[in-house]
Amino acid sequence: MAVKKFMYVNRKAPYGSVYALESLEVVLIGAAFDQDVSLAFIGDGVYELTKNQNTDAIGQKNFSPVYSALGDYDVNQIYVEKESLEERGLTLDDLQHLVWEDEDEDWAEKDSIRLVSRAELADVMAEQEIILSF
Amino acid sequence: MGLLHTVNKSPFESNTFDTCLGYAKDGSTVLLIEDGVYAATTGNSAADKIKNASGVTFAVLGPDLQARGLEGKLADGIKVVDYEGFVNLAAESDSVQSWL
Amino acid sequence: MKFSIQVNEGPYQHQASDTAYQFTKAAIAAGHEIFRVFFYHDGVNNATRLAVPPQDDRNIAKQWSELATANNLDMVVCIAAAQRRGIMDADESKRQGLDADNLIEGFRISGLGQLIEAGIEADRLVVFGA
Repeated sequence: MAVKKFMYVNRKAPYGSVYALESLEVVLIGAAFDQDVSLAFIGDGVYELTKNQNTDAIGQKNFSPVYSALGDYDVNQIYVEKESLEERGLTLDDLQHLVWEDEDEDWAEKDSIRLVSRAELADVMAEQEIILSF
Repeated sequence: MGLLHTVNKSPFESNTFDTCLGYAKDGSTVLLIEDGVYAATTGNSAADKIKNASGVTFAVLGPDLQARGLEGKLADGIKVVDYEGFVNLAAESDSVQSWL
Repeated sequence: MKFSIQVNEGPYQHQASDTAYQFTKAAIAAGHEIFRVFFYHDGVNNATRLAVPPQDDRNIAKQWSELATANNLDMVVCIAAAQRRGIMDADESKRQGLDADNLIEGFRISGLGQLIEAGIEADRLVVFGA
């Protein structure tokens, strides 16, 4: 099967709508296809990655722990747009620390999140062959 | 040719149009569809933003303009295409990014 | 050119399904191949057999069904999204111990892998949503 550059674009906050959860489900299933996968968190999408999510009182499933498993699925190119964080008064520290283990470097733990500017992310997006939006 | 970006939200309803402009590189095309066609009308803040994105080609889906009674208010320099034109733009571009 | 189409929204609620339908029709008319149309999120609701919209308005489920049949299209409804929203074919309904099914002709229910494959195998994947 051909290997193509897939990007999943996430621009919506979690829980107010289903898009964040169901897009994550695509990412997990898609991981089995060994494609060149990137995730982009832009705008309110950055809220999907925040720490300390507790959904008990709203009665929805807290799916934020799933993001930390992405590294195990070889999904480790996770772009977070810097301007979106700043506009929202957030820093990387407010987001989960997502990591992956590089088997080519003795399973060294590396950061999956790449904090990039809009311009840098635009360059990455322009190289993608399949862009999925939710 | 670069990417084909589509925008389907009014620029006054959400930040989708602005976000798209931040990602549309020179040589790419932005196609306004559905409620996104409001950005193609004259006399509002979207018109200036379109003028400033000089390296980007703008197009608008004619059927959506007509549906909303906007044909007489189309800003200059924006190409009107039909669904066949939409298909052509998608085929001619490197890939399609739908801004929702 | 080979196109795959993704439809993220249900009928009538948003224009996404209409636009996707018109795009798909135009692509076929222009001689392109449609590899697959994949329905996700509320898009699965486009596949209901039970919709009875007003007579003077378009019947979205039927339009898709007829387009599929006339052009031998592969129209896939995501099983996870369908289960959440109660869109069932006869087999799935039986498996779940339910008393009814509602999938309209021309659609089939399958996994998310079909969406990934639709992206890999086509030249262009176009997403319609809100």
